[in-house]
Amino acid sequence: MTQKLIVIGAGMASGRVLEHLVEQAPDAYDITLFNSEPRGNYNRIMLSPVLAGDKTYEEIVTHDDAWYAEHGVDCRFGQRVEGIDTAAKTVTAPGGEVLSYDKLVLGTGSNPFMIPLPGHDLEGVIAYRDLEDTEKMMEMGAGHKVVVIGGGLLGLEAAAGMAARGVDVTVIHIMGHLMERQLDESAGFLLRRALEDKGITVKCQANSKEILGENGKVRALLLDDGTELPCDLLVMAVGIRPNVALGKEAGLAVGRGIHVDDQMVTSDPDVLAVGECVEHNGAVFGLVAPLYDQAKVAAQTLLGEDAAFVQKELSTKLKVTGCDLFSAGDFAEGEGREDIVFRDPARGVYRRLVIESDVIVGAVMYGDTADSNWFFGLIKDKENIAEMRDTVIFGPAYQGGAPLDPLAAVAALPRDAEICGCNGICKGQIEDAIAAGATDLGAIKATTKASASCGTCTGLVEQVLAVTLGDDFVMPAAQTMCGCTDMTHEDVRRMIKSQKLTSMPAVWQACDWKTPDGCHVCRPALNYYLLADWPLEYADDPQSRFINERKHANIQKDGTFSVVPRMWGGVTTPSELRAIADAAEKYDVPTVKVTGGQRIDLLGVKGEDLPAIWKDLNDAGMVSGYAYSKGLRTVKTCVGTDHCRFGTQDSTGLGIKLEKILHGAWTPHKLKLAVSGCPRNCAEATCKDIGIICVDSGYQVSIGGAAGMDVKETELLIQVPTEDEAIAVVCAVTQLYRENGKYLDRIYKWLAKVGMDWVKEQIEDEATRAALVDRFEISQSVYRHDPWAQHAAEKPQSYQPLANLSLEAAE
Amino acid sequence: MTDWIDVSALEDVPVRGARVVKTALGCVAVFRTGADTVHALDNACPHKGGPLAEGIVHGTSVTCPLHNWVFSLETGEAQGADEGRVNTYPARVEDGRILLEAAFLRARVAAE
Ligand code: SRM
Ligand SMILES: Cc1cc2nc3c(=O)[nH]c(=O)nc-3n(C[C@H](O)[C@H](O)[C@H](O)COP(=O)(O)OP(=O)(O)OC[C@H]3O[C@@H](n4cnc5c(N)ncnc54)[C@H](O)[C@@H]3O)c2cc1C
Ligand code: SF4
Ligand code: FES
Repeated sequence: MTQKLIVIGAGMASGRVLEHLVEQAPDAYDITLFNSEPRGNYNRIMLSPVLAGDKTYEEIVTHDDAWYAEHGVDCRFGQRVEGIDTAAKTVTAPGGEVLSYDKLVLGTGSNPFMIPLPGHDLEGVIAYRDLEDTEKMMEMGAGHKVVVIGGGLLGLEAAAGMAARGVDVTVIHIMGHLMERQLDESAGFLLRRALEDKGITVKCQANSKEILGENGKVRALLLDDGTELPCDLLVMAVGIRPNVALGKEAGLAVGRGIHVDDQMVTSDPDVLAVGECVEHNGAVFGLVAPLYDQAKVAAQTLLGEDAAFVQKELSTKLKVTGCDLFSAGDFAEGEGREDIVFRDPARGVYRRLVIESDVIVGAVMYGDTADSNWFFGLIKDKENIAEMRDTVIFGPAYQGGAPLDPLAAVAALPRDAEICGCNGICKGQIEDAIAAGATDLGAIKATTKASASCGTCTGLVEQVLAVTLGDDFVMPAAQTMCGCTDMTHEDVRRMIKSQKLTSMPAVWQACDWKTPDGCHVCRPALNYYLLADWPLEYADDPQSRFINERKHANIQKDGTFSVVPRMWGGVTTPSELRAIADAAEKYDVPTVKVTGGQRIDLLGVKGEDLPAIWKDLNDAGMVSGYAYSKGLRTVKTCVGTDHCRFGTQDSTGLGIKLEKILHGAWTPHKLKLAVSGCPRNCAEATCKDIGIICVDSGYQVSIGGAAGMDVKETELLIQVPTEDEAIAVVCAVTQLYRENGKYLDRIYKWLAKVGMDWVKEQIEDEATRAALVDRFEISQSVYRHDPWAQHAAEKPQSYQPLANLSLEAAE
Repeated sequence: MTDWIDVSALEDVPVRGARVVKTALGCVAVFRTGADTVHALDNACPHKGGPLAEGIVHGTSVTCPLHNWVFSLETGEAQGADEGRVNTYPARVEDGRILLEAAFLRARVAAE
């Protein structure tokens, strides 16, 4: 006997149920199909290709009028069901018509989540869920601006689709990198770069504040930081919520979704549910693969056959042309989990496998997803990979094959990649020189001048030689930065500059890092290189700094800190001294000591008291002395012409000026200066990183001194007649050191590598000197500030314990 | 059933960073990795008592700020050539909140 089946929602899941039903038992049910969209079933996931113009709507329809007619489906499209009476087993259609059923299937899908920002109900604020949304986006074209909130799958597909139509699209994402649920930072960086290449603007860590309108229509999005992004359309793609309203009202058991058992039956035995509206064993769904499995099971259940829905591993792919991305399984870090990371920077390929007890539990693949099915199979089948562990990351083709060439990164640089920045020599010129017979470093230096100046590109030049000559070239052993990479400091720095790498994940990716996020050796170095090379683009990362620089105080052996306020040029006042004395008493400072750098050290301050003691010192006009920094420490001075009978220039004044100009600057290692008023040199200027000796005819600037583990006398760099020139020379040589020095090399070590002649050439050349000074000033516009005041005002709570449980009973 | 103590929001601990929770028996460091997992360990390095919460966090390890010993956040074991171990305590994140197992306070008493 034919029974009555009502299906609510003509979606991807219910469409499959119908197919299975009519195929297996065409006469079992009289079917009525409701859909609130004014159309039947179509392939929702193909809306993105429709948006991008790669497909038409007609091509993505899965069931057309003829199909419904052939199978006798009573179509109620454009009709939203408002009520179900499970006791009477009836459904009420919009006109009031009451239809009875024997079995009911709910496939109501989900609702896009709209962030309740002020202005979210303006015209022109839409989600991305159905054909109507897609059509609104398709109305946009060149000359239009659209903002997409949400850097997940949907948001990016929407953005890419509109960008392909010439729309000026900006994606706003709240997290630090795109698709953070599927990708780690490195893969997120590659994806971001690919999207930016398509003309899409991406803003991560951006918080939306308000949607601004004009005459009831969207005009712009306002961010927390005050930025206004004008737009003609605003698309929110921030997530979905199972559409449970109808089921809930009908009295079905509902959690996050409508509860179903393994047979897809709800709490009412005659009501089934499938798709994104259901919750099964605590899980809800957002991808079609499990929905198809559910549909099959639901059809069997309707036909009285045994079947059970089992949740499986899921995989996602991003459907944006040119961005091949695949992710599957679970890749959170966890107890006993290990990562295998493979980067082929040249091809823009990134792969990461997460392994637990010799089984792959998660995989991310970017750039080359050809092997994704193979990996997905290993995950699904929980295959033991112990045997092929060393090579598994390279994919099926490499099983048993040779390991990859570590020089791949250099091999794949384009011919126009700049290798030697000093002389502007590109990879192609070096290759040509090699072809013309220059087969060792000396010959390359002689014929192209590459690596003949500051020398920091030597490693890269050697790698080009190695790649080009193959076995004919014997590479001198080079010290790599740390265990995370095969590259040296110099190579990495060269890559940062030539490949315009402006973030840490970008460096990890481009330089083939072997760990997910570096270690305590490379992270501080990278943080320095990035902030020195990209002062405006890169944001300093406190988490990559050694504690002293993160908390702006020197850690002591008992975990307390020392606090050293600046005393510009070693000059102080009674009121400053009084404030220091008051602070020392107020915060129970055990030791007050005069340092070797002409200032006062408060030793033994508790970490929690730091913001408060800083505030007190700030209020008395003092700022951080950076006694903890790989940056400007002190400028020692002597009394000079102000008081001394031998003084030739105002050494105290110049020292104070220099300290004020240089303060806050980060350098490869600490930077200490001194200015002495005459060659008697009471400020010990000739054993500082930069020392100035004043003489009658001007200022002798010398560099490369030290008086620590090595004792070194400075070498004369230049003598200049005026104070202004002396200051310019100091700034210029500091910047030269900042741009070229290896992290943790003091000036004297750097000098030994690049040679005094080269440094002199740079500083003596007026244009080069001026350019160095300019670049120093740009960086100082960001970094010349007092971190104490900033931390005391903005994040004092970060110095306090997270919680205090010491009062909780510990029975 | 285990009781969990809600100590703070996940955002209160910086990514690749740590903060301490004070207990009657000294501080416990709560770490957050780059992958947003959280781990709770005693805040005293077995070498010379260095405050691990002030270290650099990388992968699922932390480097002690005083003399650079590296510890696994998962097992508390010193890595590489160094030998030593710090206590670890159950910690997890739920709905953006960091939870420590209540029993850890008792465990700390027992451990002394
Ligand atoms: C406080 C002070 C000693 C003092 O009481 O006088 C001091 C204290 C420390 N010095 Fe120094 N140095 C101090 C002046 C010096 C001087 C003298 C000078 O600057 O005129 C030198 C020799 C000059 C030089 O730098 O060439 C000096 C050469 C060093 C070195 C060796 C550097 C080298 O390249 O060889 C280190 C180790 C390092 O930096 O790696 C060091 C490292 C340290 C550290 C930061 C050790 C550490 O990493 O924890 C000490 C911090 C103690 C603390 O807990 O606060 N300190 N240190 C001086 C602070 C000066 C200031 O006002 O900022
Ligand atoms: C743009 C886009 C791209 C996507 N890409 C992918 C992808 O690449 N891979 C992937 O696996 N998944 C993708 N998805 C997700 C996938 O489309 C969904 O998981 C799937 O469509 C859910 O199917 P469903 O049947 O549960 O719901 P839906 O397909 O949403 O169908 C539910 C239908 O029920 C109707 N309805 C709701 N309430 C009522 C009512 N009271 N009365 C009548 N009708 C009602 C709705 O109008 C809707 O038409 C994408 C989704 C979108 C929007
Ligand atoms: S000389 Fe050694 S012990 Fe003395 S302050 Fe400097 S680093 Fe510390
Ligand atoms: S105290 Fe931790 S390494 Fe020395």
